[in-house]
Order: sequence, then C-alpha cells, then structure tokens
Amino acid sequence: MSLFDKFLPIQKARNNLLKSGVNPFHVTVENILSPTEAIMNGRTTILVGTNNYLGLTFHPDCIKAGQEALAQEGTGTTGSRMANGSFLSHRELEKAIADFYGAPYAIVFSTGYQANLGVLSSLAGPGDTILMDGDSHASIYDGCRLGGAEIIRFKHNDVADLEKRLRRLGDRSHRTLIVVEGIYSMLGDRAPLAEIVEVKKKYGATLVVDEAHSLGVLGQHGRGLAEETGVEQDVDCIVGTFSKSLGSTGGFGISFHPEFEFIRYTSRPYIFTASPCPSVVATTKAAIRIIQDRPELRRRLWTNAHQLYDGLLQSGYSLGAEVGPIIAAMIPTKELALAMWQELLENGIYVNLMIPPATPNGECLLRCSVSAAHTEKQIKKIISAFSKLPDATQNHTHPSHVQPEAIIN
Amino acid sequence: MMSYSDILPQLFDTLKPFTKEGFRLKEKTELVAELGLDSLQVMQVLLKIEDQFDISIPLNNLPNIRTVQDLGQEIEKLLKG
Repeated sequence: MSLFDKFLPIQKARNNLLKSGVNPFHVTVENILSPTEAIMNGRTTILVGTNNYLGLTFHPDCIKAGQEALAQEGTGTTGSRMANGSFLSHRELEKAIADFYGAPYAIVFSTGYQANLGVLSSLAGPGDTILMDGDSHASIYDGCRLGGAEIIRFKHNDVADLEKRLRRLGDRSHRTLIVVEGIYSMLGDRAPLAEIVEVKKKYGATLVVDEAHSLGVLGQHGRGLAEETGVEQDVDCIVGTFSKSLGSTGGFGISFHPEFEFIRYTSRPYIFTASPCPSVVATTKAAIRIIQDRPELRRRLWTNAHQLYDGLLQSGYSLGAEVGPIIAAMIPTKELALAMWQELLENGIYVNLMIPPATPNGECLLRCSVSAAHTEKQIKKIISAFSKLPDATQNHTHPSHVQPEAIIN
Repeated sequence: MMSYSDILPQLFDTLKPFTKEGFRLKEKTELVAELGLDSLQVMQVLLKIEDQFDISIPLNNLPNIRTVQDLGQEIEKLLKG
C-alpha cells in the first residue's frame, strides 16, 4: 500500500469519463475570444458557464488599467503585505471596496477562497460555534474548519431549523457565527436574509454573508442580497470575490465593526500569502468603478437571465425555483447529464456539468451562468441547443454516440 | 438525564428503517460500512436523530462516529452539555 493508492478510484472514474470522449472536469479553452466566446475543441463555443456576470473581462478600461499597472508597478509583489509592505494600490483597492459598500473597514485577500478562509477562521475559533447553511461553498466549510470552532450545519435556507439550533445552543448563541450566501452557486437560490437577520438579532449571534455570486447582480447599486433585502446595517460582515462580476481575481471582507481591522493580524490566509499583483488590483479597481457607473449592465444581465430561464422552462426543463444569473437544469441521472453536456459542447455551447457530491440533494445539473455580455442571438442559440437535446423530463434515452455504461462509476 | 442505556433502544428504532430486511442492528454495527448508507442518507439519519434528541451534532465530531455505539455515546455527551 502506498500513499498514492488512494488515487486509484479517481483514476478509474477519470478513465471512464475519457471513454465517453471528453472529460468535463478538465476542458481546455484553446483561445478565449470574448467574455462569451472561446475556441474549444477547435470550435467557436458560446460560454454559459463562466460566472462572468457583467462581462467585464475584456472591458477596455480594465485592460488599460491592468496594462498601466504592469508597466508602472511590475508583475508581482513577491511577498505578503505584512512582510513586504502594502503597495499604495492595495490600500486604494481597500478604500474603493469599502466606499462601494459604505462601510468603514475592508480587507483585500489574494483570492475569494482565501477571503472566506481568512475571515471565518479569524472570527470563530476554539470555544465558539459556527452555524452554517448546509449548501455552503467549499471555501466556507474550509474556513470554518481552519478556525477550530465547533461547526453545525442547518438545513439549507431553513430559518426554522437555524432558530432551533440557536435555541439549542443556549448562552453559547452569543458566541455563534451564522454563515450564509447571497446567491447559492449551484441552484441560484437566495438566502431568506430578512428572516435570518431577525433570528440572528433575537439570539445575539453574528452574521456573515458571502456575496460571491450576488455582488454586481442584486441590489439597486449591485452590492448584493443584503442591499436588496435592506439589511446591510444588520449584517456584521460581508465577504466576496473579485473573480466573478468584477472579472478579476481576489477577494475581500468588509465590516462596520472596528475590530475587523485586526483580522490582518490573525488571519493566516492574509499573512502567509503573496499579496494581489498590481495588474489584478488595477483591473479590479477599474471594474468597481464600472459597476457603479453603469447600472445598465445589471439590467442587461437580468433581461438575459429571464430570457434564458423562460426559454429553458418552455423547453421542458426542471429548473431551480428562482430566476437569476445562475440557471441550473436538473437532469435525472449523471449518465444522462454527461451525455447532454457533451452534446451541448459538440453544438458549440459550454455549460457547467455538476454532479454529486458537489451538488445539493444529489442533483445532477447542467448549470448555466448568464452574462450581461450575452447577445439575444446567443441566448436564442443556447435555448435552441438545449431544446434539441433528448427531453430530460420525458425520457432517459441517451444520444447514440455515448455509451452510458462507460460513464462515471 | 437520559443515559446511554436509555438512548440505545431509541437509536435502534430510528436506524431500523435504514437497514435492509432481516439485518440485526448491534452496538458495534458500522453505520456507513455495514448499513451501506450514502452521504445523503447519513445526513437524513443525523437530522432525524438531532430532532429526536433535540441536539445538534457538530461536524467536527462526525469522523469519530463509526458505530451505533459511537453515535449513542455522542448523543449522551451532547445531552449532558
């Protein structure tokens, strides 16, 4: 027995996937053409699985800002902010994201994943309790583990279950961190934030909202679900990422609590990693300006989301309950989901294939993420490609070129 | 306060619907390996037990719960607070 033997089952599953023609978890974007198009397998493909909600990855202002920063500040920072110092541009980015939220305190992290690790592990440690939504992203699970707090899951979006568990904690509820997401990444549903805020206040707990998928998407100014729900002042801390609607990389936490600043001194994912490189900081700052100056991007995103949701619904697909930029078609089996995913790709449409254990309730999903940059024509093409697939809601037939028994497991 | 010996028969009753016909649950029965529960079923079982005993089982403790006995002892510990 060697340490490497544990990879044998993964190797077997991967090899089975390859027999079906292509590995959906290892695709190559041969040439990225725009926020919504790329060359994949030598073919021009419409991208509907990017989380590029506002389509800013090719925005000329962002590209110009990045190029200037590269020329003026170099390619990287070569170390952490605590050891090497902060570049002025790191401070400016922190001010930009704090001002965007109207919050006094902001900390920038090198990735969104690290933002959750850094904030959650610092806020709740040994002797504290975390109540997290069961459908939370892996970075939330990992951040909770890193801090050493006691971790309890509550049923996804079930405020009664959350309250029951707060009650069970007794006095410990005052040292409890509740963690939820603005929009959940798999099915695109939102946290019932007004009710969550109510129970949080009733039991004296602390609330963190991860707005990774809702920043730039929800709220009058695009600040996310807390803004849309009108509870920003009752949320203790917001975490988010620059890598989705802002088209960059990096993450952040913002708060109204002055103590939040001290996370810089306690957060290992902040201290022991290289700070964001100057070009990334510059493109992020430019993107924050754009989402403030151009609310029409958000309106365009929602028009596209409605068009795709309605189109897929009319084509007979079972979708997540809420219309939004994440639209997930639920497919009865993973064999069928893989076959459909592959056929979509062959027809020039790239969506995300999501299968258990990454999905809630063991669902198999063809997950679409809509962009403001999609044209009406592209959305029509996507709907048309979906509608030509064997009807997932009516039968379980497989496209003839796929051997179901050769697929996963 | 409920003790382990009070908890065990209740636990057997709750777990019974998750076993194959004719399977006899014992204290040493392994929940995943012997009952063949997948991760979704484990979640369902835990939710049921948590409500039954009005407790929350922390995720941190799950790796140490392999058998019915482990689960019973965890419940006893949590009930004691």
